[in-house]
Amino acid sequence: MTKFTIPRITFWRCVTVLLAVLVAGIVVRRFSFGLGSISNLHDGMPWGLWIGFDLLCGVALAAGGFTITAIVFVFHLEKYKVLVRPTILTAFLGYLIVIGALLVDLGRPWNIWHPMIFWNPHSVMFEVGWCVMLYTTVLFLEFLPFVLERFGIHRPLRLWHRYLTPVLVLAGVLLSTMHQSSLGTLYVIAPQKLHALWSTQALPILFFVSAIPLGLAMVSVESYLSLRAFGKRLHPEILRDVGKATAVMLLFYLTIRIEDIIVRGEFGNIFAFDAASWFFLGEFVIGGLVPMFLLFRRDIRENPLALMGTQALVVLGMIFNRMNVAVTAFQLGTGADYIPSWMEFVLSIGMVAIGMILFSYCVRNLPVFEEGPVEDPRPADPIAEMTR
Amino acid sequence: MSIYGLLFDQTMCIGCGACEQACQAEHDQEPHKVTRLDDNSYNWVQDLGDDVYSRHFCMSCEDPTCVSVCPVAAFTKTELGPVIWDESKCMGCRYCMLACPFEIPKFEWYSVNPRIEKCDMCIHRLSERLPTACASICPTGATTFGLREDLLREAHRRLDEDPERYTGRIYGEYEAGGTAVLMLLSRDPAASGLPANVPQESLPYLTWNILEKLPQVIPVWGVFLGGMYWLTDRKNAVADIEGYKREHDDD
Ligand code: SF4
Ligand code: SF4
Repeated sequence: MTKFTIPRITFWRCVTVLLAVLVAGIVVRRFSFGLGSISNLHDGMPWGLWIGFDLLCGVALAAGGFTITAIVFVFHLEKYKVLVRPTILTAFLGYLIVIGALLVDLGRPWNIWHPMIFWNPHSVMFEVGWCVMLYTTVLFLEFLPFVLERFGIHRPLRLWHRYLTPVLVLAGVLLSTMHQSSLGTLYVIAPQKLHALWSTQALPILFFVSAIPLGLAMVSVESYLSLRAFGKRLHPEILRDVGKATAVMLLFYLTIRIEDIIVRGEFGNIFAFDAASWFFLGEFVIGGLVPMFLLFRRDIRENPLALMGTQALVVLGMIFNRMNVAVTAFQLGTGADYIPSWMEFVLSIGMVAIGMILFSYCVRNLPVFEEGPVEDPRPADPIAEMTR
Repeated sequence: MSIYGLLFDQTMCIGCGACEQACQAEHDQEPHKVTRLDDNSYNWVQDLGDDVYSRHFCMSCEDPTCVSVCPVAAFTKTELGPVIWDESKCMGCRYCMLACPFEIPKFEWYSVNPRIEKCDMCIHRLSERLPTACASICPTGATTFGLREDLLREAHRRLDEDPERYTGRIYGEYEAGGTAVLMLLSRDPAASGLPANVPQESLPYLTWNILEKLPQVIPVWGVFLGGMYWLTDRKNAVADIEGYKREHDDD
């Protein structure tokens, strides 16, 4: 028997409840008065924070899912196996959040399934829609064994792992590479509406390539957060190698990024020191070059705290990049004015919060980490724990 | 290719606004003053000062971006010329608004079941062989309706006859790959409040260029991944034979 206890009132519980009430209120408002009543979107700015953050960043941050499964199952670098389950869970939840955000952002969400019956293969959005549907299904199937295991259903699991897992992994990597890049392709059709520093035919390639270091960085940051929250021991040797890989993939991405700008003859724009150039430098130097150089240094990689800080910078840099494409570049290109309303922010934060709550629920109840469900959260001293 | 089109000659427009009113009546909208295109205004006569005016409405592109981007094929380019939207398919993603080079589709921001609203070039009239409402009411002939071919020829004739009068080109001849609507302007597009940086080629090609490669890219990428899977797995097997402990992955 479980004892009934009144939940303790803590600061974070209050925040969560408040957030939940606000989100519910905003959703009700949306479905009573329309999108205009909760957002600052308008005809000149049809996509804003939700597409930029919830969709583009949400999908990008789920990139750990395909990066790690590819490394472990496709390239058989099995020492990274401990990272697989948490990243699959994150990716799965990430995609659920993306769908949740879409349901709010779409004008007619009850038609969200229409791409299944009304086909338009010429539309990038059509591809995006299919990728979301299929990849979420794949992630669900990758996630399902956690649940089966939890309930002790082992026999089908063995067959599952032998025959289905390889197929799922290959399909998942394929689909998510397509999805990452197609989000970049979305903007290729409006080259004249984006500022020159971001407006390029290479967006799909850039979105895909940048998803790899981002995925790796996300995995590292998640490991750190899991340590903070659930006392999961980090695997310093593994995260060190992940750091190395992040550095190389970042170098790869930044090279393509800058080459693309040079080839298009827009290099001068970088040093115009107007709004666009500052936003670009923020994304490229602070969120790209700086963490790359740091990650190439051994002393940084060997210091867990510095390593995590640097990886977090990579994540921020990529979020900055996606937001720049979706919001900054579009505004600079069209002159549309837009600052997200507080309700847009609350909804986005709410989505992230829902994801974190679900993550922590799964971690406690399902064998996400090697040792099975986590019993006792929170180590006494996370920093000491990390360097143990 | 559009059969019909519209020709707007800025030098002949007197800004009377009759076309605005006719458009509103034709589409069962409350008569109202228009200050910009929105979900309730498909046609706007903009006062540019000095008795010069410009008109804003859907250009009815020959290869419409909106048709290409809509994930559920809610937009159709009709043979007659108009580009129309199908309420029963749309899911409200607003990609058409983001992509349209002329910023024409508008959204009902304050509706629970929002529609995409834009000029439909009076498709219902065209299919009865009637000109659009705006063209049939225009008192000066600034807006004329006809076969696109004829209109284009007429526009070139006017341009050749009196080059000084116009900006030297026909807005819509090449914009976004050509549009059913043609405009003879005495002021630059930018000065006329029209998008000035519209690419001079059809836009759907930009993304189709990428999408059409997918059927080739996917198999190659799939084979690469599958190959890597097999290759690296075999390496493990070899290592196994050489006496390394192999961790079984059946957990
Ligand atoms: S002007 Fe815009 S809405 Fe009209 S047909 Fe062209 S792309 Fe479509
Ligand atoms: S808003 Fe509707 S019409 Fe426009 S692209 Fe999306 S689904 Fe198509």
